Amino acid sequence: MSTCSVSKGCFVFKPSTKKRRLSDKTAHDFRCTSNDSEDTELRFVTCQSLWNQIKSETEKIQENLNKQLLDNLVSFLSRSHSDFQEKTTEWTCRMKFREIPTAALVLGVNVTDHDLTFRGLSDVLQDNITPYVALLEAKDCPGIKNLMQKLMGQLMKCDIDVDSLEDEDCVQVSQNRIRCSMPSLISWYDSVTKKTDSETPSKKRNSSSRHWQSPPVVVIFRDMESFTTKVLQDFIVISSQHIHELPLVLIFGIATSPMIIHRLLPHSVSSLLCIELFQSLSCKEHLSTIIDKLLLTSRFPFKLGEKVLQVLINIFLYHDFSVQNFIKGFQLCIVEHFYSQPLSVLCCHLADIKKRVYSLSHNQCENIRRLPSFRRYVEKQESGKQIELLTNDSFLKEETEKLLEDLHVYHENYVRILRCLHVFTSSLPKYPLGKQIRELHCACLENRVWETEEYESSLQLARMLNKTDLVTILQQCVEILMSSSGKEFDRAVGKLKEFLTQFQNLEAEASQERDVSVSPQKELQKKTDLYHLQKTLLELKESRRSKKLTKFEMLRFEVVDYIDSLVRRYLVPADQRTLQEIVYFNGAAVLRGHLNAAPRTALHTALNNPHWYLKNQALRCDGGGISNKAPDICIVYKLHLECGRLINLVDWLEAFSTVVMAAEETNADAASSDQVDDVIHARFIRAVSELELLGFIKPSKQKTDHVARLTWGGC
Amino acid sequence: MPNLEHPAYPAADLLHLEGLVPCRESQVSTLLSIFGERQQFSFPSIFIYGHTSSGKTYVMKTLLTTLQLPHVFVNCVEYFTSRLLLEEILIQLQSCPSGTEQTSPVHCDTLSDFVRLFKQALATQELQDQTVYIVLDRAEQLREMEANILPAFLRLQELTDRNVTVILLSEIVWELFRPNIGCFEPFTMYFPDYSIGHLQKILSQNHPPEYSADFYAAYINILLGVFYMVCRDLKELRHLAALNFAKYCEPVVRGEANERDTRKLWKNIEPHLKKAMQTVYLREISSSQWERLQHDDGEPGQLKGLSAHTHVELPYYSKFLLIAAYLASYNPVRTDKRFFLKHHGKIRKTNFMKKHEKTSNHLLGPKPFPLDRLLAILYSIVDNRVAPTANIFSQITSLVTLQLLSMVGQNDQLDGPRYKCTVSLDFIRAIAR
Repeated sequence: MSTCSVSKGCFVFKPSTKKRRLSDKTAHDFRCTSNDSEDTELRFVTCQSLWNQIKSETEKIQENLNKQLLDNLVSFLSRSHSDFQEKTTEWTCRMKFREIPTAALVLGVNVTDHDLTFRGLSDVLQDNITPYVALLEAKDCPGIKNLMQKLMGQLMKCDIDVDSLEDEDCVQVSQNRIRCSMPSLISWYDSVTKKTDSETPSKKRNSSSRHWQSPPVVVIFRDMESFTTKVLQDFIVISSQHIHELPLVLIFGIATSPMIIHRLLPHSVSSLLCIELFQSLSCKEHLSTIIDKLLLTSRFPFKLGEKVLQVLINIFLYHDFSVQNFIKGFQLCIVEHFYSQPLSVLCCHLADIKKRVYSLSHNQCENIRRLPSFRRYVEKQESGKQIELLTNDSFLKEETEKLLEDLHVYHENYVRILRCLHVFTSSLPKYPLGKQIRELHCACLENRVWETEEYESSLQLARMLNKTDLVTILQQCVEILMSSSGKEFDRAVGKLKEFLTQFQNLEAEASQERDVSVSPQKELQKKTDLYHLQKTLLELKESRRSKKLTKFEMLRFEVVDYIDSLVRRYLVPADQRTLQEIVYFNGAAVLRGHLNAAPRTALHTALNNPHWYLKNQALRCDGGGISNKAPDICIVYKLHLECGRLINLVDWLEAFSTVVMAAEETNADAASSDQVDDVIHARFIRAVSELELLGFIKPSKQKTDHVARLTWGGC
Repeated sequence: MPNLEHPAYPAADLLHLEGLVPCRESQVSTLLSIFGERQQFSFPSIFIYGHTSSGKTYVMKTLLTTLQLPHVFVNCVEYFTSRLLLEEILIQLQSCPSGTEQTSPVHCDTLSDFVRLFKQALATQELQDQTVYIVLDRAEQLREMEANILPAFLRLQELTDRNVTVILLSEIVWELFRPNIGCFEPFTMYFPDYSIGHLQKILSQNHPPEYSADFYAAYINILLGVFYMVCRDLKELRHLAALNFAKYCEPVVRGEANERDTRKLWKNIEPHLKKAMQTVYLREISSSQWERLQHDDGEPGQLKGLSAHTHVELPYYSKFLLIAAYLASYNPVRTDKRFFLKHHGKIRKTNFMKKHEKTSNHLLGPKPFPLDRLLAILYSIVDNRVAPTANIFSQITSLVTLQLLSMVGQNDQLDGPRYKCTVSLDFIRAIAR
């Protein structure tokens, strides 16, 4: 596996390669590295099947999300060269300049995700519009010559793919040195389209019924920003001269904003284009959908703990905006969980739990007993049951099964009530509990949500909702709760429906009340005098304070209190549930180490404190002292930290030799101290050049025998 | 008005030619007198220059085809290497007079090959007794090919010892072409811009068959009144005329006005054209979208142009990185301590400082800054602690690929890379919000 990076950091690779590795080796890896634990193979199989489910689910979600965009694009493409087919000779068509139809596709700054979109796009295009799709990347096209070569290579190869029967002469063409020019492309296009025309009718129905007689040639520029201006300009000028013979359509993949087109192309060139704008869904919405479908569902037994979820979301929001990376991170969580937690064998669908629980070995039972959440549970039990749980394996298994089922039920209920609460909080002003359901989810996972200040304030605000809002919210809640299959919420639904009818009844009574409430308002309008106005307002305030609550207000209080009771009952944080360790992954630190590596910090630690990585007791240094047993580079590094911008090599060498000689000082002080040993000199020079290679120093021309420091001390 | 006259060519052809090239009669007659008769040797190379769409290409093409002179027409942008260019000339030459497709593969890598093959081609096509014209459109591209290409084309007649004339068409003046080793000086000729009268005349020439010439001429008059200030490009004007003509005809079609009712028609079309100037002409919205809008009678306001979508959504730290880069690019290093340190010293107001700060840094453009300075500013403007993780560094690189930052002097990546911030103040303001 290769990367184009110079550094030897950690990289996330594409799932295909990773999966292959998984299937080849990981079952083995699971076993050999965690030999003390059980059920490795079963865990591996469970992990894989779970990941496959999740993967297919995410693919489906992404397909749905992109559907709108792709449909728009397809209709644009099919419209773009309609006049090319008809060959109209109308006056306007004759007079009008033939522009190149161009779609500007704004995809957002998460460039790593574009791959998937473009793959989907070219698949859709090849299915519906045209077999001739070329995808160009800026790094392949430093000049117009390379661009043409790449373009022709892709187009003519695709031709072989389409009708492999007649690849004989196509291969001949591609083996010859093709003249990379537009005329040869045009003659190729003519021959290809003519060929489909002259084919036998039966074959024609197969291959070209999906496409038209002269399908457009689509050229996709993947990363518009990185193309050089000249290449783009030349290509557009050239192709605009041949637009009559070759129905070309351009698609610009834009990561920033469509203004880049005007920045890259002068007016004389952009006037050759007929640009339409297409915008993809914002990546934040994309993430919300993914979280909604993957995490807030009881379909998958695997769950993320609060800290882990926070790490993943933070990486998304703070660093890359990449949904693909989020999913990769999720995959890493799954693998890590099944790898490190022996009990993850029980992290499966409800149907399998019974079988798996009863086939647990004694060791696994001990593992269960060691779980902190289980111990907490045991402590709460009466003493007789405690002994049974701790000594009797079969009793433990029964209990475990029951607890796991409870956990499952808890998840289902949790998700429903979370959605209900989100309906409430998302309609409040200023969103005290967050606008997105993911924020609410994190808050609920973190600790008891009803003990937080934000929850208090949102309840306060909910008590001030107006009637129409409240009714619609309640209706939404009823819908959410009705959609659950279990009977758990029958009572809750009944209660909410009761509230709704009460609200309707209120309307009948409201007419009488309105008369009463309107009258002071009317008085208020009559008076224009400032003094009187103030007086009446004060009076109004007084009366309002003492006034008894209206029926509506009473009812509103009741509703909010009821919702509050639901929240208190069902939204218990997961880490307080028994056996949560089996399904929740909580290794946030591991995940952070993998996904958000800090190379500078790691390097500094390695050089400053070699004990950290080498695990050699002799290297353990106390305070700021420099041990002479450390590797040379560490000594040199530590010495250089004490220097300023420019370092005198001679002084440095002196200091180095002093440190190295420190141990032998007792017997070697007789030797002349101003003469440095050759070996030490050589070691010093090697260490310095190693530091230079790592980018800490560079030779300086300002002063002789000095090197310049490139860092301001380890960050 | 100079009528085209030349003893060598039939008068009917000349008359036809005159009709095809309005407002360029004098240039054509000069060219004809240089060309002379078919078998006469002409000037070895002619250099024609003029502004965009002043009819250089069109005049040459019509002149050579109507008089049926043997010629080769090559666009230098399209054939971007010398090999492609030379081969294309030879290919066109093979199929020149007869029009038959002889696609025997031509291989021509060097100029001496070209001279040899060129002589061969002339012999086989029996063109020795007449002048062959090679027209190189967008000739400024020749300067970017090998150094010998341009001088060789200028004296091709001498090199091949055949009756050939090379015509170079370009938008820039000859002085910018002249190689420093010297070369044969071509006959230079200037095509001036079309005046408003010329444009009016040319544009009114092809009116739609359904309407009279006068009606269309009146429309063109209005169109030029709006667009002449910003655009003198004939192609563009013709395109705009075709786009908006349907709207102009609307009252006539509906029967609200007749063709002579110019004032009413003007009132109808003028705001429409002004709107077109702000949108279609700038390619803010595409012509097909404009036509659809016209068709549905919709307001252009509902369709946002390209520049309306300026907002770029960036990850949290990318925003701060970009802001830090902007600050680093436009603030002098001196002031960093004052702005970003909590306990900076007294601000000394010396005369020098005041004088210096009068010139706005925005007028001077962004200055390069080292990576360390960017990170230092980042740490001071972000409230909480930022760990220097790999993600932060990769974000800097991705900002470079998005062209929001640019790298200066890419000599060594390890050796303290320097960057420049390329975005405007408005962009930063929008991000910082």
